Amino acid sequence: MSTRFTKWLAGAVLGATAMVGATFGARAEETIKIGVLHSLSGTMAISETTLKDVMLMLIDEQNKKGGVLGKKLEAVVVDPASNWPLFAEKARQLISQDKVSAVFGCWTSVSRKSVLPVFEELNNILFYPVQYEGEESSRNIFYTGAAPNQQAIPAVDYLMAEEGVKRWVLAGTDYVYPRTTNKILEAYLKAKGVAADDIMINYTPFGHSDWQTIVADIKKFGSAGKKTAVVSTINGDANVPFYKELANQGIKATDIPVVAFSVGEEELAGLDTSNLVGHLAAWNYFMSVDVPENAEFIKKWQAYTNNPKRVTNDPMEAHVIGFNMWVKAVEKAGTTDPDKVIDALIGVSVPNLSGGYSTMMPNHHITKPVLIGEIKADGQFDIVSQTPGLIMGDEWSDYLEGSKDLISDWRAPLKCGNFNVATGKCGGSGK
Amino acid sequence: MVISTLSRLRRLCLIAMAILTLAGAGAIGQARAQDVQDTLKLFSGSYDDIQKGIEALAVSGQPTAIEILQALTDNRLLAGADGSLVYKDAAGALHDAATGTVVAAEPAGAKPVRANNRIRRAVEAALGQLTLVSPDPAKRLEAALSVFKSKDQTALPLIETALARETDAKVKTALERAKAALVLYGPGEEPAKLAAVEVIAAQGDQDALAMLAATPSPSPALAAAIKDASDAIEGRLALWSGVQSFYYGISLGSVLLLAAIGLAITFGVMGVINMAHGEMVMIGAYTTFVVQDIIRNSAPWLFDYSLAIALPLAFLVSGAVGILIERVIIRFLYGRPLETLLATFGLSLVLQQAVRSLFGPTNREVGNPAWMSGAFDLGGLTLTYNRMWIIVFSIVVLFVLMVVLRRTAFGLQMRAVTQNRRMAGSMGIRTNWVDMLTFGLGSGIAGIAGVALSQIDNVSPNLGQGYIIDSFMVVVFGGVGNLWGTLVGAMTLGITNKLLEPVAGAVLGKIFVLVALVLFIQRKPRGLFPQKGRAVER
Repeated sequence: MSTRFTKWLAGAVLGATAMVGATFGARAEETIKIGVLHSLSGTMAISETTLKDVMLMLIDEQNKKGGVLGKKLEAVVVDPASNWPLFAEKARQLISQDKVSAVFGCWTSVSRKSVLPVFEELNNILFYPVQYEGEESSRNIFYTGAAPNQQAIPAVDYLMAEEGVKRWVLAGTDYVYPRTTNKILEAYLKAKGVAADDIMINYTPFGHSDWQTIVADIKKFGSAGKKTAVVSTINGDANVPFYKELANQGIKATDIPVVAFSVGEEELAGLDTSNLVGHLAAWNYFMSVDVPENAEFIKKWQAYTNNPKRVTNDPMEAHVIGFNMWVKAVEKAGTTDPDKVIDALIGVSVPNLSGGYSTMMPNHHITKPVLIGEIKADGQFDIVSQTPGLIMGDEWSDYLEGSKDLISDWRAPLKCGNFNVATGKCGGSGK
Repeated sequence: MVISTLSRLRRLCLIAMAILTLAGAGAIGQARAQDVQDTLKLFSGSYDDIQKGIEALAVSGQPTAIEILQALTDNRLLAGADGSLVYKDAAGALHDAATGTVVAAEPAGAKPVRANNRIRRAVEAALGQLTLVSPDPAKRLEAALSVFKSKDQTALPLIETALARETDAKVKTALERAKAALVLYGPGEEPAKLAAVEVIAAQGDQDALAMLAATPSPSPALAAAIKDASDAIEGRLALWSGVQSFYYGISLGSVLLLAAIGLAITFGVMGVINMAHGEMVMIGAYTTFVVQDIIRNSAPWLFDYSLAIALPLAFLVSGAVGILIERVIIRFLYGRPLETLLATFGLSLVLQQAVRSLFGPTNREVGNPAWMSGAFDLGGLTLTYNRMWIIVFSIVVLFVLMVVLRRTAFGLQMRAVTQNRRMAGSMGIRTNWVDMLTFGLGSGIAGIAGVALSQIDNVSPNLGQGYIIDSFMVVVFGGVGNLWGTLVGAMTLGITNKLLEPVAGAVLGKIFVLVALVLFIQRKPRGLFPQKGRAVER
């Protein structure tokens, strides 16, 4: 009896071990997981759903090339539903439960600020693909979108030089990105000798739909006899009624041009652009960039989405760059351990879609060209200006009192996100 | 400018030479042709070159100049690799730019000549000069306005010729203003400039103000005259801006009214807290999109009537969805407001996500028909057509609804059921059916509102969310169950909002309105026009 029992026990243990071993073995052979943290429902779904699709396409494509380090990649898609606290929860779930090696996600600065402590606590990697206001640096976040000096300031320079603009309307949605960007722009314009009277700053709530008063104000402000332009940081859904009102009140780009930082090909898809011809946007990528890399990407994207009319835009390019950088860094580090990959990422250089190379700098921002485009009647942009070289993202603006002495360098000896060059201390001021 | 004078000089020289050498007309023709070729070559160059080309073309007397410039603005002008220039006419046929003759094929390596804002401004100015003597008065008017804007001194002789033979009063005024602008900005004498100030001051709008403010180096007397004129214009505009805020308030009020009017039925009359009301509006807007999409693809000539076609369809679609909701969910929840609130809120999310999966998360393009785009000036006001039609439309909807409620059998039954359900039932009214149809009517009207809102707002799955809070505010503020209250409530909220906006900004203005509303409801919980009598006891 006892022998039988022992035998049974031994068999059971053996079997169990084999099973556990098998699962472990399978786990090791399994996949490298990548988190995709973009809202698929709620207000931001309009912009973020596309980015989820881009990530799926990129991962799919990398798997066809044999994956990374001999393993297949697997996307873990979660839906934070445009709800800022939920972003933090979903990020925690991705890192702790799903054990992802890196996360690609977020759109608004609020959502990024909400997940930042989670990434720092659990020491994982976030690639953030959208232009933002700067004034932040974290060891765990890589900013592949534009900092203000890679978008806002070159756009203002262009308007000054090419259109001779003397009077400025800074119009934005009321939240952190427009407020900080406008603060930087205001300081920059004043440094360039623009009088305070010649700057009008205006904020509106999210989803503002009645623009009659503001457009009339802009028209009035523009009739002071000096060339006037509008710098728009108006976000999301509020743009369509804004441009409709501009067109209806007869403000043409030749009279008062509007340069926007949040309006791309996707946003224009919901608009009749024939009245908007000549209004401008500043980005680091346009679908109309005429280089073979871009043509190939557009072809792949339209084939993947099975829609020959599907457009591409700047944050999509940022994800392409970020993903390729991550792949390269993982291959360089020989592991997917986030801690090692973070160090390996600095200095990695990959082709961007505007015909050059983008490099990850020690401040976790990348180098990019700045393009200025004018809206065409078909909803695409005509690129009217391109910086001759690449511009390096500047996380701490040189035009703000609190941050002009700060730099960020995450390389070995310094390893500091807010080093104060005036006092020589890390964490001197700012955040 | 330099180029244009140069080319004119060169042409004069060439003509003089030609006459001197007695080489005859052939040589002149050849020289001209060469000159035109040089000008046209500029269009293959940089933006600077293109601008020079446009300026040269404007004074060249080239017969195809207008066609070339118009083609440039419409992206129909093509430049070949060898610098040859062709343009496509509206029908798509190719013409040689120099001669205007039809050519068979595009030149090798042809690319559209690109235009940026600077080029477009140059084209506008050039076309202004070229079309000053056009036979079409509308074109002459436009030309006069663009000369007024460009202040291009070379146009002065042309303006004078045009003025001398102008017969249309409106165009004549515009020409006089354009002339005054040129005089004011030109090298003329002081008395002429003073007279010009008067002409411009008489115009009295913001353009005039801008024109006066930017006058180059005025003499003391001129500066004084400009200041007087500007002050007068500013005073007049300040008066109009008050009227303007008021009008914008009515316009915002009409939008709120449209969004709230369906809710005034479902919530106001039936007492159902329908959080999915906004989604009924959204469904109406998407119906408009579908109608326009079909029209664009199969019958483009119907486009101007697309809204008229969409209206009944939106009413039916939203109404049908409303009836479905009432049958499947709401009828089991009558008298349980909290459950209704939660169920309809969940439903609103379901409907949003359904639309998102069906039509995609991005905005859909709903075009404005011609009669709803643009604006017209009334005194110192700029009224946009789309907003104006929405004001009219919202009032019409309100009155039609009132007639339905007061003058039809269905309206009578509806009021009877909501006032005393059991009594109505015992009088032989099928209360069940009346509930269903009432909810359908409220939803259908929300759908109609969606057609109107698609003209001014995004057509996206989130469309309804933006209006649901405002709609409840209007209905509660106006007094539940009273359509007049809804009208007055919407207009009061709209006008207060718009009067506050210039002073406090859009964000603070909205907050003030909300706070004021909360205080008001504290004082008068039943709103502006509370229901009286036995209906209240229900």
